[in-house]
Amino acid sequence: MSSTTVPHSHDHAHDHAHDHPHGWRRWLFATNHKDIGSLYLWFSFTMLLSGGVLALLIRAELFQPGLQVVQPELFNQLTTMHGLIMVFGAIMPAFVGFANWMIPLQIGASDMAFARMNNFSFWLMPPAAILLVSSFFVPGGATAAGWTLYAPLSTQMGPGMDMAIFAVHIMGASSIMGSINIITTILNMRAPGMTLMKMPMFCWTWLITAYLLIAVMPVLAGAITMTLTDRHFGTSFFNAAGGGDPVMYQHIFWFFGHPEVYIMILPAFGIISQIVPAFARKPLFGYASMVYATASIAILSFIVWAHHMFTTGMPVTAQLFFMYATMLISVPTGVKVFNWVATMWKGSMTFETPMLFAVGFIFVFTMGGFTGLILAVTPIDIQLQDTYYVVAHFHYVLVAGSLFSLFAGFYYWGPKWTGFMYNEFRGKVHFWGSLITFNITFFPMHFLGLAGMPRRYADYPAQFTDWNVVATVGAFGFGLMQVYFLLFVVFPAIRGGKPAPAKPWEGAEGLEWTVPSPAPFHTFEEPPEFR
Amino acid sequence: MLGAAVLATSLPALATGDSQGGPAIRQLNLQAPVTKIAEDIYSLHNLMLGICLTIFVIVFGVMFYSIIAHRKSVGHKAATFHESTSVEIAWTVVPFIIVILMALPATKTVVAMKDTSSPDLTIKVTGMQWKWGYDYLKGEGEGISFLSTLATPRTQIGAPGVLPTEARTDNYLLEVDNPVVVPVNKKVRLITTANDVIHSWTIPAFGVKQDAIPGYVRDTWFKAEKTGVYRGQCVELCGKEHAFMPIVVNVVTEEEYKNWVATKKKEMAAKADDPAKVWTLDELKQRGEKVYAANCVACHQATGKGIPGAFPALEGSAVVTGPKAAQIGILLNGKNAMPAWKSTLSDTEIAAVITYTRNSWSNKAAENLVQPAEVLAARK
Amino acid sequence: MSASRSNAPYYFVPGPSRWPVLAGLSLLLTMIGASAWVNHVSWGSYVNIAGVMLTVIVMYNWFGDAISESESGKYSARIDVSYRWSMSWFIFSEVMFFAAFFGALFYARSISMPWLADIDHKLLWPDFSGQWGNAGPAGTVDAFTTMGPFPIPTINTALLLTSGVTLTISHHALRAGQRGKTAFWLFATIALGAVFIGFQAYEYIHAYHELNLKLTSGIYGSTFFMLTGFHGFHVTLGAIMLGVVWFRVMKGHFTPEQHFAFEGAAWYWHFVDVVWLGLYIVVYWM
Ligand code: HEA
Ligand code: HEA
Ligand code: CUA
Ligand SMILES: [Cu+2]
Repeated sequence: MSSTTVPHSHDHAHDHAHDHPHGWRRWLFATNHKDIGSLYLWFSFTMLLSGGVLALLIRAELFQPGLQVVQPELFNQLTTMHGLIMVFGAIMPAFVGFANWMIPLQIGASDMAFARMNNFSFWLMPPAAILLVSSFFVPGGATAAGWTLYAPLSTQMGPGMDMAIFAVHIMGASSIMGSINIITTILNMRAPGMTLMKMPMFCWTWLITAYLLIAVMPVLAGAITMTLTDRHFGTSFFNAAGGGDPVMYQHIFWFFGHPEVYIMILPAFGIISQIVPAFARKPLFGYASMVYATASIAILSFIVWAHHMFTTGMPVTAQLFFMYATMLISVPTGVKVFNWVATMWKGSMTFETPMLFAVGFIFVFTMGGFTGLILAVTPIDIQLQDTYYVVAHFHYVLVAGSLFSLFAGFYYWGPKWTGFMYNEFRGKVHFWGSLITFNITFFPMHFLGLAGMPRRYADYPAQFTDWNVVATVGAFGFGLMQVYFLLFVVFPAIRGGKPAPAKPWEGAEGLEWTVPSPAPFHTFEEPPEFR
Repeated sequence: MLGAAVLATSLPALATGDSQGGPAIRQLNLQAPVTKIAEDIYSLHNLMLGICLTIFVIVFGVMFYSIIAHRKSVGHKAATFHESTSVEIAWTVVPFIIVILMALPATKTVVAMKDTSSPDLTIKVTGMQWKWGYDYLKGEGEGISFLSTLATPRTQIGAPGVLPTEARTDNYLLEVDNPVVVPVNKKVRLITTANDVIHSWTIPAFGVKQDAIPGYVRDTWFKAEKTGVYRGQCVELCGKEHAFMPIVVNVVTEEEYKNWVATKKKEMAAKADDPAKVWTLDELKQRGEKVYAANCVACHQATGKGIPGAFPALEGSAVVTGPKAAQIGILLNGKNAMPAWKSTLSDTEIAAVITYTRNSWSNKAAENLVQPAEVLAARK
Repeated sequence: MSASRSNAPYYFVPGPSRWPVLAGLSLLLTMIGASAWVNHVSWGSYVNIAGVMLTVIVMYNWFGDAISESESGKYSARIDVSYRWSMSWFIFSEVMFFAAFFGALFYARSISMPWLADIDHKLLWPDFSGQWGNAGPAGTVDAFTTMGPFPIPTINTALLLTSGVTLTISHHALRAGQRGKTAFWLFATIALGAVFIGFQAYEYIHAYHELNLKLTSGIYGSTFFMLTGFHGFHVTLGAIMLGVVWFRVMKGHFTPEQHFAFEGAAWYWHFVDVVWLGLYIVVYWM
């Protein structure tokens, strides 16, 4: 996709004072996509730290066999809330924050299609977080049924479960509204001349992600609504005695759950697809096939859900169908990996921090993809299901995948947001520190899982001790790297530093680089020409 | 908190040996298979790992070559190509073929795993919070039925702030009071179900894992080809003691199996309590203390004080010191997180444990004695 | 006094607004109240109801802002397109919500029930026959009679189908600039919806009192009441939307060219209609 743009020389003479409030009103009453994007990013980083603290408590307990730090019931609450907070509080809102900041800038729109609703989507997140976190302090504590909230264990939980259910309802509403906003913005507000097939990859991946969100968030809402009525209003959806079925919950949940994991990775693919060409100084290889691959992944994601349920005991035909369908997803994902490598091939590469994180992403995500493929093979999955192998798999795709892509995106677009260059040396420290400690934390979990250590265990047979020690040490290191990121990279880059030019990256393309850094409060009020 | 963790490290004799039939120290790969299915899984995994590693090395070989050779600092100029239909088709079709090749052998194993027909022995496995129940339904040993609970004492586990007082053994958390016993080289069909929430039964060395779903039955099978003890653990989150309900299967020769069946049957006959028998207070208290230790301490604690906010105290509880009918009802049918005990404990056991709680700690209930017959009557 | 778009900006972006954050807060109250209420905490119901009322007030003001922006000509044709896209996707999300419950009905009936009745499950439920409309295998549910398609559901089908027609007549009238006719047929549509809800309420009373069919009547009762209940709730929402539109028609809003609020509410109404047809067949006939 080679595109040149005519920057719209547009000296904003007219006054926007009325639209540019200051103080707390600016944030509470925001209708500006950039402000709302920043709100999302701050919120999600806070949630990452909260979820991370829970993870460290888990790791502290698992440092040694026996019970040292928390009681098993609290341990299960920690695991559950760690999963919920990371998935719904950290990763998903962070991508929405990126969407808010970048999509209007990339397509030359003045703002999101529905600016007020956009703010509503954001301001639903803190209430949800308040419900989730405060559920720790109600009688019986937070829900301890795992982030998957499987029935009928979820029926046994105390009021914390209801708070989690309502929190997920709210977050679902937020996601649906956010997605409607994003789809409408992309479909209706592109600058003249920007056809869909000339749109930046990040917008494409978000378009498809938003579609996935609208399709599956209501299904999750349905599932947990049934849980709620089973708990309090005497229905029997998941209760065999009344003719219901606990496994039915799992089907409905995973019909949401599997597309959900792609919701957390497709925008990451988008970010990587922007960064790799910029630093290879060469256009993205196979733009069209990238779009088709993204769409195929999304479509396939609807027919693979039962690969999470091989051990529930399905008819053999169902097992085979879900195995084949799941394995098929590696084909379009492979296309993406190959396209990125081909983009680098014969480029003229430099390795600033965004590129480091992008390359790190490709390398480590692919490892997670391969372990996913191994899990897709039904007999192997039956051996490994609910062991630490699965934990290893999904942290490879979620932490080294989604989270690393978010870091990459921060380094890439951060100068546009703050107006200042981050400190390159510190960025590199953050990358290498994260990459190494990440692998120390999660690589040993493959061994633990293969050897048979079950997940969601507060205590484990002593033979598993050594790898758990390694993982715990790694986790604390990884946590420290993120504290370093906040204190030594993010804060300084906001406060000052080398002023960033409009286009800090030599090879970068796209409308977002035609506006000054930091991007002014209002951009593209009249659509730019796009050729 | 961390202090306790560090202290625990200094406890002597923590480093144990390998677990026989369970994991080895720092084990890197799947457990040694003892069934044909587990062997298939083992080789499937090797195959997958091999293919994936090969692809990985090739793809990243290319990428790192490019990273080294095509960097700006060595003066490489960027090419401008950005698509190639033939290459793109190739790297869509070739992975597709690879995936099919992977799926073929897997398909055979899936079909074999599902074939539970004509077993020599059928055992029903019931998952409960937090123990396993086994009923031998068909084949030699028919009628045998027992519960299987964690044998590792709490004194080896410890608790936050309370260091373990006993050294851990090789089978820490992998040992039970009553293991399943099966004959070698016989096809054993397992029928799984559960009483409360979903549990999952697994023996890694057999390549078997099957969820136990309340109200539903599922089946699976294995045919162990080597005698020995094999160990697994509940692998579906089932509440607070999820980590403490292991599974042990003892694979023995046919001879030994016959003997075991004989003794087990005798034992069961001797143990069967007559619910009509009238007990004295002391007899019931003694029996009740054992029942309490095996079933209730995990939540209500040895002190009877429970865990505030999570599990109610029995000491001074209105139910325990009030009319006995209410307590019998709760024990039989459960309430919220309290499981229903009617299918796991006998009338005598329920009567005994109620009597025990009514006369222990500072409890001095007015109705302080419950006879098995009363429980039997309440079941109706 | 209808909108003229001639001086509308390229794409109107509203200025800061207090409504979104207040709506978020109201929902927080609503949910805290709901969590407490379902757990029988005394203040739960009050907080929940207060939250819902606040949400409604906020929404009223918010939509009021949007309507006056629209009426003062700030919305260009492009914004109209945005509304079309967003309403379509919103309805798609509703379709998926209902899909979850239809899926549950399908699964429970066609997969779980035969399982529970098969030979292996005789071990647990020796007497379960597996006829749809049963009360589950455990026998813990009181006997009940299932709900057939006659007469109420069929009458209701006729009502909803008719309301689709009246709504279309009203739309044509609006496009022809006949305000009086528009208002009349729109009102007829709302009235038909109200009658539908009345019948539905009557049906529920009938179910509870004469058929002993309750929300707690096993999986049959669960799916029956949750599906029809959520549908009834959506009919109510649709009727409120149409009510607002009717009010605006009476106030002289909308032009023959620009009246998306009308169309959006109409789309929603037709969606609710189609869901009913699905229910009518799957829940009452099959
Ligand atoms: C970002 C999130 C994410 C992503 C992208 C994925 C991607 C994949 N996942 Fe993963 N998964 C999770 C998040 C994710 N997963 C989570 C959170 C869970 C656990 C949930 C829970 O239980 O709590 C889970 C669990 C999970 C399971 C269930 C395990 C179990 O509980 O027993 C399975 C089984 O099939 C699976 C498979 C896959 C596959 C096949 C992919 C594929 O998409 C991967 C495709 C990628 C590649 C294969 C690599 C690149 C390809 C090439 C280089 C091409 C050449 C390759 C070949 C032709 C072989 N995943
Ligand atoms: C979505 C993204 C996501 C992310 C980013 C993470 C991040 C991490 N996860 Fe998470 N994890 C999940 C999603 C995620 N996880 C899910 C879905 C589950 C399944 C839940 C379930 O089973 O239901 C799970 C489960 C899970 C388990 C298994 C628990 C169990 O089975 O009982 C473990 C165990 O080690 C773990 C560890 C970690 C660690 C160490 C990190 C680290 O990367 C975290 C790093 C961040 C920090 C550490 C915070 C920063 C530091 C501070 C705020 C200051 C304090 C720091 C120091 C003093 C050092 N996770
Ligand atoms: Cu039983 Cu986990
Ligand atoms: Cu999946």
